Amino acid sequence: MRRLLFVVPALILAALIALFWRGLDPQRNPAAIPSALIGKKMAEIDLPGLGGRPGVKTSDFTGQITVLNFFASWCAPCRAEHPLIKSLRDVPGIRVVGITFKDAPADSLKYLAELGDPYQAIGTDNEGRAGIEFGLSGVPETYVIDKDGIIRYRLAQPLDPGRLEKELKPLLADLTK
Amino acid sequence: MNLRVHIAALLTALGLGLGGLLLPQMAMAQTQVADEPLADTALEMRARALMKEVRCVVCQAQSIDESDAGIASDMRRLIRQQIAAGESDAAILKYLSDRYGDFVLFKPPLKAATALLWAGPFVLLAIGGLIIVFFFRRRPTATANALSSAELDRIHAALDAEGLPSPAPEATTPTERREATASTERRDA
Repeated sequence: MRRLLFVVPALILAALIALFWRGLDPQRNPAAIPSALIGKKMAEIDLPGLGGRPGVKTSDFTGQITVLNFFASWCAPCRAEHPLIKSLRDVPGIRVVGITFKDAPADSLKYLAELGDPYQAIGTDNEGRAGIEFGLSGVPETYVIDKDGIIRYRLAQPLDPGRLEKELKPLLADLTK
Repeated sequence: MNLRVHIAALLTALGLGLGGLLLPQMAMAQTQVADEPLADTALEMRARALMKEVRCVVCQAQSIDESDAGIASDMRRLIRQQIAAGESDAAILKYLSDRYGDFVLFKPPLKAATALLWAGPFVLLAIGGLIIVFFFRRRPTATANALSSAELDRIHAALDAEGLPSPAPEATTPTERREATASTERRDA
């Protein structure tokens, strides 16, 4: 029986190897913050529209599947993901909504004139208050909100082709079914 | 003497120069954050204490009290607004953790998922204590290394030969004491 005690260090070693092996996984981002809002109802927001466009109001989200994208003209990764956000226009049965995050309206309009405007509605969040309501940690961030106003997906980084095809599109296809 | 004066002058000049370089930058850093403290000192102190407990979601290793990140500044403004509106500390922390998760709190709440975090150090301490108790119980007493009575005799004989007084026998257990006394008697005889 006491002999079994000699196995204990070997077991501890095996546990540590498993732990550190997991830490070496290149897919794992230790700085990623798990989203607290997945599966929860989106907060009440009512943002004025950008340059005469319709604004963003929580009640508009019910009955529609929405991809919500926070962006700003001063944000370089937003430019990088912009073509992919534009490509979402071709997905049937959804609407693409933008929120400009702490951006001067004139700058946002210039950005959209230059890169194209895929958004059906654009709200302006100058104070960053709507950002906090969504648990935003930076721009760009992309959310999927279902017909009941429940947040189903959050991407706290620029959208990339891999995530668009493997995560976003299958989810949207599933929701629009 | 002269050299010392020169060094002092040099250091002063350096100090002034550095001060001149740093001061405008510090002023800039302060204007960048543009925080407006609450007028009521007691409320402001509560707000500041609360800010120290909230982790900045951008820098992550800093509290929002220390961080210059834009979102940290927004959160500071939000905390001040809510405190001014009469919200309790707990309600404000809950508001933030509802949106950002427990991650945003430097002191995570005690619940099933965090139980190990809270109990872990004490569990490790208990395991360490058990290991110590276990080893000290099992340890054989130090008699194996004690001097035999024959060896003691030789020491005493050597000390006698040098004309030095024999030390009092350092006996710890009754057996050793008996042995020590026996050897002294034998030597005396």
